[in-house]
Amino acid sequence: MSRRTIKVDTLARVEGEGALDLTVRDGQVTRAHLRIYEPPRFFEAFLRGRDFREAPDITSRICGICPIAYIMGACRAMEQICDITLDPQLEALRRLVYCGEWIESHALHVHLLHLPDFLGCQDVVEVAKSHPEAVRRGLRLKKLGNELIRVVGGREVHPVNLKVGGFYRLPDVERLEALVPELERAVDEAAATVSFLAGLDFPDYEADYEYLALRHPERYAIELGDLRTSAGVDLPVTSYDELLQEEHVRHSTALHSRLHHGGLAHLGPLARYNVNHDQLTPRARAAAEEVGLGPVCRNPFKSILARMVEIVLAFEEALRIVQSYVPPAAPAAEVHPRAGTGFGATEAPRGVCYHRYTTDARGVIEDAKIVAPTSVNQKIIEQDLTGVAQAHLDLSDDDLRWRCEQTIRNYDPCISCSAHFLDLHIDRG
Amino acid sequence: MARQRKPKLAVWKFASCDGCQLTLLDCEDELLDIAGEVDLAYFPEATRAVSPGPYDLSLVEGSVTTPHDAERIQKVRRASKALVTIGACATAGGIQALRNFADVEEFTRVVYARPDYISTLETSTAIADHVRVDFELRGCPIDKRQLLEVIDAFLRRRRPNIPRYSVCEECKRRGNVCVMVAHGTACLGPVTHAGCGALCPSCNRGCYGCFGPAESPNAASLSRQLAALGTDADTLRRLYRNFNAGAEAFREESVRHEP
Repeated sequence: MSRRTIKVDTLARVEGEGALDLTVRDGQVTRAHLRIYEPPRFFEAFLRGRDFREAPDITSRICGICPIAYIMGACRAMEQICDITLDPQLEALRRLVYCGEWIESHALHVHLLHLPDFLGCQDVVEVAKSHPEAVRRGLRLKKLGNELIRVVGGREVHPVNLKVGGFYRLPDVERLEALVPELERAVDEAAATVSFLAGLDFPDYEADYEYLALRHPERYAIELGDLRTSAGVDLPVTSYDELLQEEHVRHSTALHSRLHHGGLAHLGPLARYNVNHDQLTPRARAAAEEVGLGPVCRNPFKSILARMVEIVLAFEEALRIVQSYVPPAAPAAEVHPRAGTGFGATEAPRGVCYHRYTTDARGVIEDAKIVAPTSVNQKIIEQDLTGVAQAHLDLSDDDLRWRCEQTIRNYDPCISCSAHFLDLHIDRG
Repeated sequence: MARQRKPKLAVWKFASCDGCQLTLLDCEDELLDIAGEVDLAYFPEATRAVSPGPYDLSLVEGSVTTPHDAERIQKVRRASKALVTIGACATAGGIQALRNFADVEEFTRVVYARPDYISTLETSTAIADHVRVDFELRGCPIDKRQLLEVIDAFLRRRRPNIPRYSVCEECKRRGNVCVMVAHGTACLGPVTHAGCGALCPSCNRGCYGCFGPAESPNAASLSRQLAALGTDADTLRRLYRNFNAGAEAFREESVRHEP
């Protein structure tokens, strides 16, 4: 019996700590484990006993890359408990700051974390030697995403200006307006980046995924929406726990998730692109069409294109919001504690991020559940690893290891988030 | 003339949110220049390439929460000429140090269906509790400018110019109206380490202490003032028991307001 083992002990260019174990016996991949050893941090436990208004700032510390996803999920859930709705302009500001997070997080992943794989480079510094203009453009886009977050949220990592009910302070209109020319230029630069990325060599691999994304009646869902899958499931966020069930496996400090029928859900940019293709903004749609990216895409390596199309969309949306912004009367709705259970789900850069809280009449949190998108994607990543490795067993150990890493990075896994949530060990027998 | 060897920079992660090392990647204007000046010898979040130590400067993010990490930090220290901690997790244990006030077994049961799969310590502790630290950079998250200052200082073998006074000084300098005096808003600015540029008061909210205690903070005095403004003991305890709950001055003050 032949046995081949491939291992990666510390996965690079991902956020957080993980590893990979792959075992091949007699030409068959028999095990593909994404091991997540990121130390557990117990957010759901220490949220108990805290005031409901503290949840956004505390949960933002789950992830330094997508703090707004946590802030906003917690806000939504608490606002449902308190039975308040926000002024449409406050909702627009939330979408604006969330666009900033999509841009910052996606531009980081596209240029610094994922692109080096396609060019055979170790890192962005090496990419900058052969493609200096592409890297500088990527960094400019990323910087502008961060600038959006700063103007609305106060700072890029763990913004301070968002709260249950809205904002502490309305952003300066002059600072918002000053962004317009930069945003206009960024739409063009992001669209040009889609064309650049479409010229990369994409490994030939497709899978029949069930995509899960939020769906909003009017616009490409970011900060709000219902649960929708490519198989036709359409449920309110309050039904999340029925749709997805969590399980605890030995090789991961991130809980795994399965759909109610036992299948796996694929979350993130590719899922959103497939579920909400009809709602793409004009330039984002044009950029996708120009490179032949149709309404259905089942190649996970092309997630880098979906991510970039979403950057175009986020810049267009940011521009639209800034240009139509009329400051509301107050920076926030008044909130008063109430007993109840609230549900909040938003589209974090990596996919649906879910919060559920129960509070007592004084607003003290009695129970908290948070599901990060990467924890849901773990099983899909393992399924892809099996498929991709099986199709590329002819590669040398080093090349196969790298291809497996690239497969994992298709999902932009945020391991810090998911530990409740990797190293590659390939065992070829 | 022989070209001088580039200094080796390493970035290590322990229990954390990645936000502080992301701050380095958020230096969009400086990133490529930094990469020109130093050898990114170990920085898994940014590169697959790994060069062996010793490292001239190690930046350490995150706190120690597992037996494995308690051993790993010793190895990091041995491989590092200078070791700088970045952020509240590495300098004070971070938000996950809230476990230090609770029963960690119960915490594990709340989050995990199979607690027997989880290996964790009872406490989340700062890096300085385990090894010698050459400089501690504060903040949850750290400030980008301060990070660049610290890297520059260590590479040039000078002391970093990082003031240790309170947020109040930064707030006054910005010309903000005091949120506590004018609006009665509870604010940790008087006892909190500067560095953020008084962000929260500039947004009309009270400082929530994410940079940890300033030099010689008088937290007891601040608590008396906050109590006079109507802050109850429960709220006072929670104010100090946040991202820097493990920092001694904040820990002590939070304990004083336990029921």
